[in-house]
Amino acid sequence: MAARKIAPDTPELRAQWGSWTFNEETKAKADKAIARYPEGRQRSATMPLLDYAQRQVGAETDTQGWLPLPVIEYVAAYLDQPVIRVLEVATFYTMYNLEPVGKYHVQVCGTTPCMLRGSDEIIATCKKRGMKAGHVSDDGLWSFTEVECMGNCATAPMVQINDDNYEDLTAERMDAVLDALAKGESPKTGTQEPGRHTSEPAGALSSLKEMVEENHDYRGEW
Amino acid sequence: MSLADKDRIFTNVYGFQDWGLKAAQARGDWDDTKKLMEVGQDAIIDEIKASGLRGRGGAGFPTGMKWSFMPKESKDGRPSFLVINADESEPGSCKDREIIRHDPHKLVEGALIAGFAMRARAAYIYIRGEYIREAETLFAAVEQAYDAGLLGKNAAGSGYDFDVYVHRGAGAYICGEETAMIESLEGKKGQPRLKPPFPAGAGLYGCPTTVNNVESIAVVPTILRRGAAWFSSFGRENNKGTKLFQISGHVNKPCVVEEAMSITFEELIEKHCGGIRGGWDNLLAVIPGGSSVPLVPGEQIRNAFMDFDGLKELGSGLGTAGVIVMDKSTDVVRAISRLSYFYKHESCGQCTPCREGTGWMWRVMKRLETGDAEIEEIDMLQQVTKQVEGHTICALGDAAAWPIQGLIRHFRPEIERRINERAGAMQEAAE
Repeated sequence: MAARKIAPDTPELRAQWGSWTFNEETKAKADKAIARYPEGRQRSATMPLLDYAQRQVGAETDTQGWLPLPVIEYVAAYLDQPVIRVLEVATFYTMYNLEPVGKYHVQVCGTTPCMLRGSDEIIATCKKRGMKAGHVSDDGLWSFTEVECMGNCATAPMVQINDDNYEDLTAERMDAVLDALAKGESPKTGTQEPGRHTSEPAGALSSLKEMVEENHDYRGEW
Repeated sequence: MSLADKDRIFTNVYGFQDWGLKAAQARGDWDDTKKLMEVGQDAIIDEIKASGLRGRGGAGFPTGMKWSFMPKESKDGRPSFLVINADESEPGSCKDREIIRHDPHKLVEGALIAGFAMRARAAYIYIRGEYIREAETLFAAVEQAYDAGLLGKNAAGSGYDFDVYVHRGAGAYICGEETAMIESLEGKKGQPRLKPPFPAGAGLYGCPTTVNNVESIAVVPTILRRGAAWFSSFGRENNKGTKLFQISGHVNKPCVVEEAMSITFEELIEKHCGGIRGGWDNLLAVIPGGSSVPLVPGEQIRNAFMDFDGLKELGSGLGTAGVIVMDKSTDVVRAISRLSYFYKHESCGQCTPCREGTGWMWRVMKRLETGDAEIEEIDMLQQVTKQVEGHTICALGDAAAWPIQGLIRHFRPEIERRINERAGAMQEAAE
């Protein structure tokens, strides 16, 4: 099990977050999510609502966002659920940040397929910049986690930073991505391998060559 | 002989072209879906049965048969649901991601047809939380289908009302287990349920439910268009069809590629992956079906058929066809120990043998990496894997045990070598 605990429930935390509510935009998204489930099954919307809450906190704090206890309580009240029902979800799923994170939450995959392609080097690149697990850098820019398989194995190694993936990394490419983000730029997402499009064999397409140039309809050949 | 492009189902798997509805329709998706449905529910199920399609999520259960377990009519007013498993989190697996971000309409159309065939009123597609951009694409594809009248009331003009909803996970491997997924959809922790009752009797919200993998559903429209005989013309008996293979690790060109089932490992690697890094003599071992299946030594797998039966004969399995290749530069003990860490991290904590066992096994594996152990501990570890395997509600315990068992079966001399070397070095230091 992943060991996860919430940030301490202190008077300061209450003072900062005690009166937190969904803004209009989040509220609209939340109500739309609740409507995806049958009448009376609004508990099903716990996960999307926690995600939206985390994103709103992120926007308000210029970070990737996290879930202070009062925010979790607010979500529970919104869904008419006991707090523990929402809290246990927030602590079970690893994408809910239970402590503040940086503007860029750097999540390097370290599971075997990425490890075989050099994720050690990517993690070392992060460490060299002072990133370490459970710690936000002094400038508030970076937080770091080594995560489990992210499903990008054919373009390994990879990192997910906030909502985007950067794949086919080397130490140099990782540095370039981080430098660009630090400067406020938006580096190219996806594979960083020059000439590679997505998960095809790089530079040696072995099938579906017609598709490169045109939206080929193969039905004529059936 | 290998698969021709015209027989590939996922023609936009690399995303060179637009994923949107218009482009997908130009490639043949949503082409007179109504006609495919007109033959009726039972005929669709029979066709899928005849095609030999087996579940693409790892277990390989015959898809048509699974659908036939669903009630033909609701005697008590409960609706039925289709849940589509897009929680792809098995290390080595990265195929559903390509379907969702590059060919999502195959999945959405398949959801309608499969949902209709099993008499479901709606489908929930459970996509793993980390697939953030992929989920955005999927939400948009579903919306396009609604806007075009392909979903909702009288979906695609079929006279059948059907909804498709997308539900995002939030980072828990265990939610790929079907009953954990149902729990998670209900807004709970993803902890697997005891079976029975099976989901086809009481699943989501206590209603009859079938959980299918993304690839299993997305191939359905093409199978119906081209016929069961076409699909079953690929692969050996009992292992029919085409399959998305995902090759990672030490090949020259890692990739995702659709191939005929029962292609040999050598052909798969030579044709699509540019060969093994450093050549065939440099191949150490392969995990052929995602992290949960035991590894196979390189010399055994070279001529193996990449299908359910071929890999079972080698003491492993096809799983999700996530092929992890390791060359001789690999620290094979560490490669498996890292998987042990994965299972420790992803255990939901419900069953004691798994919650405690995965941590225990990982800690021993960590010591075996450096040889900091006694020889007897290898057998003790083997014994503990047997105490976890088969003693938990879901298969995560088994999945944690098998990679270690495979390592001990095939690389015991390597583990012993490390222990002996370390013991020797310690002795020297003491003298």
